[in-house]
Amino acid sequence: MSEQETVVRVENVTKTFPQGKLTALQDIDLELKTGEFVSLIGPSGCGKSTLLRVIGDLIAPTSGTVTVNGKPAKQARADRDYGIVFQDSVLFEWRTVNKNIQLPLELLGWDRAKRKARVEEMLNLVELNNFGDHYPWQLSGGMQQRASIARALAFEPKLLLMDEPFGALDEMTRERLNLELLSIWQQLQSTVVFVTHSISEAVFLSTRVIVMSPRPGRIAGAVNIDLPFPRTVETREEPRFFELVTEVRELLRRRGGLE
Amino acid sequence: MSFVAKRAGEWIPALIVFAATIALWWGVIAYWHIQQFLLPSPKAIVQSFWNDRHTLWPAGWYTFKEALGGFAIGSLLGMISATVIGRFRTVGTAFMPIAIAANAVPIIAFAPIFDVWFDPLSPHSKMAIAAVLCFLPVMVNTMRGLQSASPRQIELMRSYACSDLEIWRRVRVPAALPYVFTALKVASVLSMIGAIVGEYFGGSFNALGVLINNDANIFNFVQAWAGILVASLLGLALYGGVVLSERLVVRWVPPETL
Repeated sequence: MSEQETVVRVENVTKTFPQGKLTALQDIDLELKTGEFVSLIGPSGCGKSTLLRVIGDLIAPTSGTVTVNGKPAKQARADRDYGIVFQDSVLFEWRTVNKNIQLPLELLGWDRAKRKARVEEMLNLVELNNFGDHYPWQLSGGMQQRASIARALAFEPKLLLMDEPFGALDEMTRERLNLELLSIWQQLQSTVVFVTHSISEAVFLSTRVIVMSPRPGRIAGAVNIDLPFPRTVETREEPRFFELVTEVRELLRRRGGLE
Repeated sequence: MSFVAKRAGEWIPALIVFAATIALWWGVIAYWHIQQFLLPSPKAIVQSFWNDRHTLWPAGWYTFKEALGGFAIGSLLGMISATVIGRFRTVGTAFMPIAIAANAVPIIAFAPIFDVWFDPLSPHSKMAIAAVLCFLPVMVNTMRGLQSASPRQIELMRSYACSDLEIWRRVRVPAALPYVFTALKVASVLSMIGAIVGEYFGGSFNALGVLINNDANIFNFVQAWAGILVASLLGLALYGGVVLSERLVVRWVPPETL
């Protein structure tokens, strides 16, 4: 673990929004190593989505520095070092699934043949093989979110930022996509930052769960998840899984402002 | 197959209503012995439509070209203005209140004045009226359309390090297209109205509005009605052209919403 490279380094980051005199993030320090799957969990308003956006350079911190792959976050964004997935799929409704997945590749200037081959690969990965020519409205919510994940992964970013990607889906679909995400993560050996509301989802997916507390948003603690891989449907029924869920819940209750 | 069948299913009720309207028209004339100058029979109108085709059709074509010119100029200017206003906030805040107030002005009331400004006998005065009528709905809708992309879509493009121009081209413009076409449909109808009403206040002798007006003045109501029929058909054609291009361009919308 210790000899692994640092992918994300957040140092002393504070973010205030002047409009509401709101301190969204205060003195955040965080380090992510290659291959980690880190979940950010906490009540609404704890700044977890803001932290994700600061890492992706979609929001500039008020103070402090963010380094991604050893570069300033702004440079990392310009180099397209990360892929991002939001709560809703954010597919472009005028593009077919194929064209949506292709979009980052077009922007990177890949030629047509190379794009086509990669899109095939991605459709396979998220099991949407027969839906490439469909428009987004023709897909179910779960399928849309899979297309959105395929798009984020298409250009093989080593870092994946996910903002409650399964929050809008039903429990069954969510659990299936959890498994798919884990297998994709292992295949690609990427690093994931995953924002969620769900304790069991965070524990099931992660190698580490970061608990955040609101007003001002700060890190309240972290729980290392030592459940073995590959994780399966049975993982959710193991005693260790419940112990860890309890540990995260206690931390949220004590420090996360859930009292 | 099923698509065509469904289409036919949608058309049949409309055809029935159309046939019923014509039948009712006929029935009313026959039952109350209505004079031809008050309301000619559909048959008389269609006969005039055919017999007077050497006068009516070229006149219709002449007016149609005016409407089309006005439609093109007004819509184009509307789209350009919306783009500029969307790009530069200050221009928008300066012009929008005036634009919205101007939208409430019954622009058709300016028709006689436009006739004076742009030579009443030339087609340009009618084009100007049609253009002014088309301008605002197209501008307002295009603006709304350009702002209709979701903040998430913009954020995603930023994550790909896209420039504003690239975001405009790849996200804002396609997101605006359905709004633009909605406006163009409205504008297509307005442009025909603008051209004909403009001609009521004077214009070339071979223009449809002038013809209808003169026919009504000399009690030639059958031909006036035939002129209205020509105007309606041309208006429908323009509207249909816009709908057709919408179907070709905006392919991603679920069919029932078009």
